[in-house]
Amino acid sequence: MTTPLLSLQGLTKAYPGVVANDQVSFDIGEGEVHALLGENGAGKSTLVKMIYGLVKPDSGTMLLRGQAFAPPEPRAARADGIAMVFQHFSLFDALNVAENIALGMENPPAMGDLAARIREVSETYGLPLDPYRTVGDLSAGERQRVEIIRCLLQDPKLLIMDEPTSVLTPQEVDILFETLNKLRSEGTSILYISHKLEEIRTLCDHATILRLGKNVGECVPAETSARDMAEMMVGSTLQTPERSGREFGEVALDVSGLSVPSPSEFGTALKNVHMTVRKGEVLGVGGVAGNGQDELLGVLSGEITTAPDAIKFNGQPIGKLGPTARRKLGVLTAPEERLGHAAAPDMSLTENALLTGSVREGLENNGFLKWAETKSFAEKIISAFDVRTPGPENAARSLSGGNLQKFVIGREVLQNPDVLVVNQPTWGVDAAAAASIRQAILDLAAKGTAVICISQDLDELMEISDSFAALNEGRLSAPRTTTGLTVDEIGLMMGGAHGMEVAHV
Amino acid sequence: MIVLEKRPQPSKAWSYATPLVAVLATMVFGGILFAILGKNPIQAIGTIFWEPLFGEFAFYYRPQLLVKGAPLVLIAIGLSLGFRAGIWNIGAEGQYIMGAIFGAGAGLAFYPLDAFYVFPIMVIAGAFGGWLWAAIPAFLKVRFGTNEILVSLMLVYVAEQMLASVSLGLLKNPEGFGFPGSRNLQSYESAHNAELIAGSGMHWGVVTALIAVIFAYVLLNRHMLGFHIRLTGEAPRAAKFAGVNPARLILFCLGMSGALAGLAGMFEVAGPSGQVSIDFNVGYGFTAIIVAFLGRLHPVGILLAGGLMALTYIGGEIAQSQLGLPAAAIQVFQGMLLFFLLAFDLLTNYRIRAARNEVA
Repeated sequence: MTTPLLSLQGLTKAYPGVVANDQVSFDIGEGEVHALLGENGAGKSTLVKMIYGLVKPDSGTMLLRGQAFAPPEPRAARADGIAMVFQHFSLFDALNVAENIALGMENPPAMGDLAARIREVSETYGLPLDPYRTVGDLSAGERQRVEIIRCLLQDPKLLIMDEPTSVLTPQEVDILFETLNKLRSEGTSILYISHKLEEIRTLCDHATILRLGKNVGECVPAETSARDMAEMMVGSTLQTPERSGREFGEVALDVSGLSVPSPSEFGTALKNVHMTVRKGEVLGVGGVAGNGQDELLGVLSGEITTAPDAIKFNGQPIGKLGPTARRKLGVLTAPEERLGHAAAPDMSLTENALLTGSVREGLENNGFLKWAETKSFAEKIISAFDVRTPGPENAARSLSGGNLQKFVIGREVLQNPDVLVVNQPTWGVDAAAAASIRQAILDLAAKGTAVICISQDLDELMEISDSFAALNEGRLSAPRTTTGLTVDEIGLMMGGAHGMEVAHV
Repeated sequence: MIVLEKRPQPSKAWSYATPLVAVLATMVFGGILFAILGKNPIQAIGTIFWEPLFGEFAFYYRPQLLVKGAPLVLIAIGLSLGFRAGIWNIGAEGQYIMGAIFGAGAGLAFYPLDAFYVFPIMVIAGAFGGWLWAAIPAFLKVRFGTNEILVSLMLVYVAEQMLASVSLGLLKNPEGFGFPGSRNLQSYESAHNAELIAGSGMHWGVVTALIAVIFAYVLLNRHMLGFHIRLTGEAPRAAKFAGVNPARLILFCLGMSGALAGLAGMFEVAGPSGQVSIDFNVGYGFTAIIVAFLGRLHPVGILLAGGLMALTYIGGEIAQSQLGLPAAAIQVFQGMLLFFLLAFDLLTNYRIRAARNEVA
C-alpha cells in the first residue's frame, strides 16, 4: 500500500466553549479528490485552517508523505505544496488579474513573464483568463479562476477548495469540474469542502463526514445515496418541509419597470425589473451573489425609494414610501446581513425586536417606548422560533448565526405580514434550523402572505417556491412555475456560464 | 503572553467600574508625576480633590464648582446626543459664543427697560444663536455632504472673530470709556442671570443643565427618537432599515447640541461673566467634548463627569497657587484622566487573559 499524501491523526482543536475538532483522523491519497462534508459549524473550516497553517492544533499530528508536518504559517504550508482557494475571494477590484496574482507571490516575476505563465497555465487547465483584465469587471466564476490559477502557479500537491460552487451557476460548475478532473489525472490531490451532496457524488473519490467536530463516517460517494450522506451529516432523519396545495389570491405586490442605481459603488444597478407576487405565493429569486440581490431587497424594504408607481402593494403605489410606512401597510423584509443590517450587534434582543416591530406591534405611544410590551414581543419570538439564548436582554451579537437568523425571521413572521421579502433566509444556518425557517415561510404563505425569497441556494428555492426567477446583472428573468424546471433551464436564467468560455483540452 | 479576547457581550459591571478605575489610576500616576516634580503626591492629590469640597475655603470653592460645571454639563449633554449617533459636532465653542452674543444682544436691545420678559427673551435668543451656528454645518452636511467636523470646527474661529467685532463695535458699552466689551449685564437687573440662592453658585444655567440631564435621559431611554439616535450610532445600516431618516437626525442632533451650547453661553454672559468681551470664551466648548466621553455619553455619567472636571479645574488652580505646581502639570493630570478612561474602556468589550502556548 502506498503512503497517503497527507495523513491526519487525532487532530483536536478547542476554542473557548466549543470543541471545533475532536480527534479527527483521515488520509488523503495521491491524486485523490477527497470530500470533507458537514453542516455549518461542523468544524470543516477549522480543520482545513490547521492543514493550511492558519490555526495550530491543540493535539494530534499530520504527516505529509510520511514526514511530520506542522506548518507554523500559510507560507510554510505553501512551500510544502499545499494551496487553498477560499470561499471569499481576496482580490483587489481595481487591479488587473496579473497584478492581483503578483501580490500574492513571494518573488513575483516580471509582469510580462507572469502574464505569459498565467496564459499558459490557464490554457492547460481549461480556465481561459486574460491576465490584463481588471478584476472589478470579472464575474464571480472568473474571479474564482483567478484564485485557482494563483494556486496552480505554485504547482501544488494538495489543493484545498472551500465551497467553490456556492458562487457559480450550474454551467460554471461543470467547467470547474472539468478542470478539477484534469488536475486529478495529473496526480494532484484535492480536498473538496462542501455540503452539496450531488456535487460530491459526481466529483469525489472519498468523503469524510464531520459532525460537531467529530469524524462520524467515511464513504465512497458514488456508491452512497445523497440521503444517506445527508443523514450521516445531520445525525438524524431529515424532515422535508411540507407544502400543501394552495390557491393563490389576487396580486399583492406588483413591481413593474423598476430601474434604480445602486447606492454603493461596487453594487449592481437594477434594470427594468418586472414581477408580481400573488397572495399565498412564494416567488423564489435565484442568482449568483452580487447580481442585485441586496439592491432588490433595499428597493422592496423602502431603504431605496423609487418612482411611486414602480412598486404597487394591493394596487396602491408605494415606491416613494420609506421602511416605516411600508411596514404599516404590511410589507415586511428581512435582509441578508444579520449583524449590522437586520439587527444591531451590541443592542439587546428586546431593542432589536423594537427595531422593526414598533409600528405593527404597537410598541410606542406618541413616540414613547413601551419596554414591557417590547420585551414580551421579544420573548414571543424567542419561544415561537426556538431561539437559543438565556433571555431577551442579551446582545444580538452573543447569539450564534443560526439563532440570530431565527430571531430575525421570526420577528417579521410574527408581525403577520401581507408581503414578506427575505434575503438568504437560511444562510449559515444548520439544517434543523433551516428546515424550521423554511417551514415558517411556507406556513405564512399558506395563510395568504405573498412571499419573495431571495436566495443563492437553488435547492432551497426549489423546495419552497411556487415560481422562480433569477437575477443576472441587475435584470430579473421572467418568473416561471417551479414545477418542471430543469437545472439547465435554471442555469440559463441565472446567466448561463456568464460568457465564460471553455478551453477544450 | 497576554491576549485580549472579545467578550460575547459588553460587560455591565465594567462599564460602571471603568470611570472609577480610571480616576484611581489617574490619582496613582498623577501622584507619581507630582512626586517626580518634587511635590508631596498625597498632599497634591488631596489639594486637588479635597480642598475645593471640604477645605478651609470650601464655602468659596463649592459655588465655583456649580458655576464651572453647569456649562460643561449643558454643552456635553447636547454633544453626547450627536456623538451617540455618530454626528460629530466639534464646534460647541463657537455655538457657545454665538449664544452669548445673541443672548446679550437681545438683553442689551431692551436696555434699560425693566420688565419680567427681558430675561426669557434672552434665553430664547441665546438658544437660537447657538442653534443657528450649528444649523450651518447641519444644513451643509445634509444638502452637500460636507464633513460636519471640519465645518463646525472652522465656525469656531469665525465666531471668535464675531465676538471680537461686537465687543469693539455693535455691543460696545457706550459708557465704557472706549474699553472693548459690552455693558455689564450683572448691573442690569432684568437681564441678570443672578444666583437663585445667594452664595450657592446656583443660577438658571445650573437648573437648565439639570433639566437637560433629565431630558436627555428620558429621550435616550424612553423615546423612539433616542432609540433611533442610539441605533444610528451602533449600526447605521440597521437604522436605515428601521426607517430612520438620517437627514432629520443630523438636523436634530446638531441643532439640539447647538441650542444647548448657546444656552450655556447666554447664561454665562448674563451671569458669572457679565459682559461680552473679546476673551469671553475660555474653552468650555472643547472641554465639554472630554466631559461627554468621560461620562460615557450617558446623561448621568456626564453630570458626574462635569462635576469631576470642574473639581480638577478648581483643585488644579488651588494646587497651582498653594503648592506652586505648574499649570502644565495640571493639564497633564487632566489628560491622564481621559487617557485612562479610554484605555480602561477596552475592558468593557474585551477581557484580558494569559495566552496558553499553542503547540502543534
